[in-house]
Amino acid sequence: MLYEYTEPILSEQGSKMRDIMADYISVVSHRLPDDVAKKLKELAKIEVDPLQQLVYDTMRENQLLAEKMKRPSCQDTGALQFFVRCGSHFPLLGELNSIFKDAVYRATKEAPLRHNAVQTFDEYNTGLNIGNGIPSVFLDVPDDSDKIEIYVYMAGGGCTLPGAAMVLMPGEGYEGVVRFVMDQMTSYGINACPPLLVGVGVATSVETAAMNSKLALMRTVDSVSPNANAAKMEHLLEDGINNIGLGPQGFGGKKSVMGVNVVNTARHPSTIGVGISTGCWSHRRGKIDFDAELNYELPLNEGVEL
Amino acid sequence: MKTYHLTTPIEDKDIEDIRIGDIVYLDGIMVTCRDVAHRRLVEEKRPLPVDVANKAILHAGPIVKDLGNDKYEMIAVGPTTSMRMEKFEEEFVKQTNVKLVIGKGGMGEGTQRACKNSKALHLVFPAGNAVFAATKVEEIIDAQWKDLGMPETLWVCKVHDFGPLIVSIDTKGDNLFEKNKIEFNKRKEEEIIKINKEVRFIK
Repeated sequence: MLYEYTEPILSEQGSKMRDIMADYISVVSHRLPDDVAKKLKELAKIEVDPLQQLVYDTMRENQLLAEKMKRPSCQDTGALQFFVRCGSHFPLLGELNSIFKDAVYRATKEAPLRHNAVQTFDEYNTGLNIGNGIPSVFLDVPDDSDKIEIYVYMAGGGCTLPGAAMVLMPGEGYEGVVRFVMDQMTSYGINACPPLLVGVGVATSVETAAMNSKLALMRTVDSVSPNANAAKMEHLLEDGINNIGLGPQGFGGKKSVMGVNVVNTARHPSTIGVGISTGCWSHRRGKIDFDAELNYELPLNEGVEL
Repeated sequence: MKTYHLTTPIEDKDIEDIRIGDIVYLDGIMVTCRDVAHRRLVEEKRPLPVDVANKAILHAGPIVKDLGNDKYEMIAVGPTTSMRMEKFEEEFVKQTNVKLVIGKGGMGEGTQRACKNSKALHLVFPAGNAVFAATKVEEIIDAQWKDLGMPETLWVCKVHDFGPLIVSIDTKGDNLFEKNKIEFNKRKEEEIIKINKEVRFIK
């Protein structure tokens, strides 16, 4: 079967934004964000056993090669996800879906990225890395500004895509949240390429908790929740998961995670929704902020120009 | 932790003394082989179009550049989660006589039996290091089942010094990750007790 795709006719500014996005997607594929790179350096110094050192040395060399050869640093360049906050007066709001899809289409050829879109039920790979619902665009319109903030995430099949969420009874309390997260660490987490960035969502249902857990992965590895209790839980979980001692690649070691981020929203009195998403060590998350004239900033990639 | 250098074709005696936690570097033929290729052999009873006997398979879906005229370049290749192939691996190893199964993370009892009975190893390449790994692929010499798309095609690779590969299951059936998991789970229960004293936010 054949997936039919015709490139959209975009406005002049829309084409310009599409080109910038395509270039940025390539950068995200071969360069880790600054916060992740810094954290990995710190963790590498803590692990002293020869096996752990061998793994961290391989990681370091791989990232240097990827940067030098301009190639995707991990072959699973994911199903692209965009988490977007767009002011209602940003001039290209109506073209965003087409811009993102076409940017992925072009970046797939240029980077090159892996073809990661399989049409469900018909079960064929589109060969283009786009399909129905891929890339995924999650849009929030928080105010009437003319600016846009975009997180670009290469969501991989071995780390963050197989997340988990469930709805607890309030009687299970936050203890139930802890159990849910910790159980996932010793089962799925070992294979999800530790050291992990663990995103935990607490909300009212599976989809709200799952979305919060994904937004948690967009925060930097050392960031702290603005809510005092959530921040306390981040800290407790980080220590707890580190003490399990997964080490790099699950071979055992002193540290298991780069960080734990909790994002929470309100709940119905009858429910506690909990979601978890695990970011791998190769956490290819980018951020690009545009103003109305398409001047842009890359807050997570110091020194990078497109 | 000993280090071994293996070259295909690999015989039983080459790997009998290798133990979990040892490091292997591979020279010779390694074929990428993952979800659907396993299913086709085991469930659909379709013979594998590449002979992997005494060679290595890699659970991986690489990024490959098509250079035209059936020439390809390996851009990025790294292991995918081996556990997804657990359902098929025992039968796969038995039918193909593959000697090295390379992937990411641990595998289960079926693969343990296969490694013991058919004399094979499961090994882990540190995942996410796909450019490093691609530079160890000298040449892609064949591509089969291309109808499966880029990630699932059987890419037949000639590799040099491919590693480090950490042995996760050896020919005695010992399993590094299962051993680790027992310890991880014990520590987890201790940590949960500590944390839960501090998170009684509903009062």
